[in-house]
Amino acid sequence: MSIATSVNGNELTVQVEGRFDFSAHQEFRDAYEKTDDGVKNYVIDMSRATYLDSSALGMLLLLRDHAGGDSANVRITKCNQDVKKILTISNFEQLFTIE
Amino acid sequence: MVDVPLNILIADDNKSDRLILAAIVKKMGHKVCVAEDGVQAVAQYHSEKPDIILLDVMMPNMNGQEAAVEIKSSAGEDMVPIIFLTSLQDATDLAKCLDSGGDDFLTKPYNKIILQAKINAFSRMSKMHYILQQQRNLISDHNEHMVHEQEVAKAVYDNVTHAGCLNLPNIKHMLSPFSVFNGDVLLAARKPSGSMHILLGDFTGHGLPAAIGAMPLAEIFYGMTAKGFLMDDILREINSKLKKILPIGYFCCVCMVNLSFRKQQIEVWMGGLPDFYLLRHDTGQVEKLASTHLPLGVLSSQGFDSKTQRYSLRRNDRLFMWSDGIIESRNDQGDLFGETRLMDIFNGNQDQEQLFDNIVNTVNEFTGESGKDDDTTLLEVKMVPEAEVGEVDIDMSRGMITGPTDWNMRYTLRGDTLKTFNPLPVMLGILSDVPALHGLSGQLYTLMAELFSNAFEHGVLGLSSDLKKDAKGFAEYYAQRELAMKSMDDGQVMFEFDHSPTQAGGLLTLTVTDSGGGFDYVGKQANQFSDAGYSGRGIPLIVSICDSLEYLGRGNIVKVTLSWNAKGLEE
Repeated sequence: MSIATSVNGNELTVQVEGRFDFSAHQEFRDAYEKTDDGVKNYVIDMSRATYLDSSALGMLLLLRDHAGGDSANVRITKCNQDVKKILTISNFEQLFTIE
Repeated sequence: MVDVPLNILIADDNKSDRLILAAIVKKMGHKVCVAEDGVQAVAQYHSEKPDIILLDVMMPNMNGQEAAVEIKSSAGEDMVPIIFLTSLQDATDLAKCLDSGGDDFLTKPYNKIILQAKINAFSRMSKMHYILQQQRNLISDHNEHMVHEQEVAKAVYDNVTHAGCLNLPNIKHMLSPFSVFNGDVLLAARKPSGSMHILLGDFTGHGLPAAIGAMPLAEIFYGMTAKGFLMDDILREINSKLKKILPIGYFCCVCMVNLSFRKQQIEVWMGGLPDFYLLRHDTGQVEKLASTHLPLGVLSSQGFDSKTQRYSLRRNDRLFMWSDGIIESRNDQGDLFGETRLMDIFNGNQDQEQLFDNIVNTVNEFTGESGKDDDTTLLEVKMVPEAEVGEVDIDMSRGMITGPTDWNMRYTLRGDTLKTFNPLPVMLGILSDVPALHGLSGQLYTLMAELFSNAFEHGVLGLSSDLKKDAKGFAEYYAQRELAMKSMDDGQVMFEFDHSPTQAGGLLTLTVTDSGGGFDYVGKQANQFSDAGYSGRGIPLIVSICDSLEYLGRGNIVKVTLSWNAKGLEE
């Protein structure tokens, strides 16, 4: 499990690799808390994530809160089948843009 | 000189050796006690509690090795370094000294520098050993304390989230927590109307942090269900409570089911849980029920959506519910159990009665020795006639003939309140102040619920009850209901309660008036209203509860009476 970040203008991309679970907690948090204030849009790149559990869902909610709650612009992109399924069961498309 | 003087025991039968050694050690700043043989050495060990023992190997009465064995065995866990004093040179002999429990040896004649270094080294080791021992004891005390606290907390937790009516014959369930506390909750309770509420919840994570949210959830569920609140109100309340108390990122995936034995129907709200299976008894077909909502505790009250799905069930149709612990259990290769394996159990099953056990066994065989890493919950609920689950047990312990007996009350619902508010708990609360009526709250709830839905749906909204005669019309009926609700702007339903004392007990008269067009009731006796299948206005049910029923006005007024007898209640 590892996390990589990149900033492009006002957009922060966080790429998650491997199992996205509680072990990623601190690293994931650092990824968006340590970026500067100019960031307006957030992209979570799941192309290399194999799985996520409920604590990962919790971390996504924390990010959404950090990004402005109901006015947050957070996109979750390139999910594989398993990851997509978990996001769908939890009806997270009501809170995030899932591409 | 040393910072902290040690107490050092010197045991040697040779007087001059003993004196020389004692002089050296004293000069280093330590206290010295002496022994002339092994027996004395053991005695001194007990009386003087030395920090380090310097022990000659060859002594009369008891030799050094025997003394070492005895001292080490009485020291137990405490560290008492023993340094053998010897003129032996043979490696085997020296090794024997260490085998008998010695920690080191010092060959004669003594080298002061080596002696001092060894004493210092063992002193350090003893200190470290002592600190480790203290810390270990501290941790073990803390742990014991924590286990005790957890046991007490667990007892409170179990009382609050008690199993409700999970022991009814139409329910099979399995709760298998991953740690002492369970992050999964399974609750079931009968409503005053005789229907049943079931709730399966899965909090983020497991153990204590997950379990703690289950307490307010269970309180709300049981409290509001007993008072006759509907699923919609209960879910809203739980959601807003969890939203308020849980940190962001923590939530509860929930499925709540309202099972009506009379209507042979379930109403389902699902958020964040994997698909549930509805197994049709006649055909063996499986219908999947999917989550359509976010978990509870995520959205604010304004954003919360309480929309439910209804399914009509026949006798012996079964609903299977589970937490994700089933599908996500793993075998020792790390493979997930998955939905395909679960579906295979249903497809390959011959006996519906055995299905529940089949699932449990298959999952257990799959995970095998590797154990599990999440809470696992499984529930089967079967549609049966109400008689098989028995009457609702209403608490009658509130005393008898006191409370208000002579009163009248009028309660009118209008506009949006009529569309969205459930007045039954409030009205039932007032009626329940009459102790004798409290005991009848199940029947009263049913009575008011039937009269209210007749007045609202058939009266104010003008829906035809004929629609409900088959499953298709049944769905159509609810669709029309939605539409009619949207276009309704005025309209009202008025309840008038009148309670008066009688010689034997009391008489309750309930008149319900709606603003609708009424219907042609003239010439129809109460027992002629049809109630076959899904249709009808539940009139036979109402008649079975009360003493009399009559329609008045243009059919928009209905009046029922119910009398109670204090004697009858006392029996």
